[in-house]
Amino acid sequence: MRNASPIDILIELMAKLPGLGPRSARRAVLHLIRKRALLLIPLADAIREVAETARECLNCGNVGTSEICEICDDEKRAIGEICVVEDVADLWAMERANVFKGRYHVLGGTLSALDSVGPEELRIPRLVDRVATENITEVILALNATIDGQTTAHYIADQLHGGVRLTSLAQGVPIGGELDYLDDGTISAALRARKEV
Amino acid sequence: MEWSDHGFLLSSRRHGETSAIIDVFTQEHGRHAGVVRGGTSRKIAPILQPGAQLALNWRARLEDHIGSFQVEPLRSRAVAAFSGRLALAGLNTVTGLLSFCLPEREPHAALYIRSEQLLDLLGQDDLWPLAYLRWELALLEELGFGLDLTECAATGATQELIYISPKSGRAVSRRGAGEWADRMLPLPPVLRGHGDAPDDEIALALRTTGYFFENRVAPALGNKPMPEARARFLDTLSRTL
Repeated sequence: MRNASPIDILIELMAKLPGLGPRSARRAVLHLIRKRALLLIPLADAIREVAETARECLNCGNVGTSEICEICDDEKRAIGEICVVEDVADLWAMERANVFKGRYHVLGGTLSALDSVGPEELRIPRLVDRVATENITEVILALNATIDGQTTAHYIADQLHGGVRLTSLAQGVPIGGELDYLDDGTISAALRARKEV
Repeated sequence: MEWSDHGFLLSSRRHGETSAIIDVFTQEHGRHAGVVRGGTSRKIAPILQPGAQLALNWRARLEDHIGSFQVEPLRSRAVAAFSGRLALAGLNTVTGLLSFCLPEREPHAALYIRSEQLLDLLGQDDLWPLAYLRWELALLEELGFGLDLTECAATGATQELIYISPKSGRAVSRRGAGEWADRMLPLPPVLRGHGDAPDDEIALALRTTGYFFENRVAPALGNKPMPEARARFLDTLSRTL
């Protein structure tokens, strides 16, 4: 990047963002420059502010601008339920659905021997602490329906065994899904979890 | 270079933004890695789960290259693996041990067939522990560390074989062990294919086979750490007894 202009540096950095390559980064930067007042300056200010204030919640691992995130700080959400998710993106997805009114715990990944991710690399010990100290009655394991996700769910269940209700998300036909396009695993799971109409 | 084969997936990891590098165990080409373009997409990522049976087409310009795979799902084993913690732990230990033990690009057709049969039993918790023990014995045999349990290494006797020599992997009789008995590993009857194979005997037998993985196989592989999945499987098995 030596002797590169600030615009080249911006293009090079933008190209490192997910979903963008050098070509699309160039288009985005050009668009920003053309919309300087409307986009570029507010974006630069927002990025600077987020860079200065963004941090992980000490309690749950969510991303926020204070040491304890808004969800953990909200007394109305202290209903004795914790929803365990793999990543902050999953927490955001749950919040978009607007159905869960309790608190969250973000693990920061799943157990993976391949990537040397063990329980200590995740926030599992912190979860065990929270369950013991926050009057938790139910832990909802909202982990991905993958081998790693379910292995992690079973590991957490073993760690929290006794004293707390443990549940996991259902697996089956998605809303708007057509059976013809589903894989055999999903169809089997849905059939096993069938319910009275 | 190009070939087609059937196999099951051992592991998958993200490669760049859209691709995945998978490690598969195939019948004719052994353990083999390759890139799957678009392997992280919503369409393909669910297929690339450990244990999934796949039709594979591998292509590379030179044989030394990692190459790329085209994958077609044949059957998923995820539902069987999700049926219970023993099945899930079992799948993890099988894929973990194969990744740990097998060299790349070396065919092990007999072991492949046994492994596929074992994975097809996933979810049948009453059959699985014994089938898994037999598979571990076959894996040790395939790796050149097979146990010889036909006669006593010291006396040649075929009766009262209750120990295994940790040094030679051969059976030792009660008399043959003599004062060395406390240094011997237990040889439960299930290891010789005798008796009703109760679960506690299977768990004991797995501790014996585990000794050979840790003290013979791992040092031969440069003292790589054993996959944690095996310890978790043993723990799960002991808690289901």
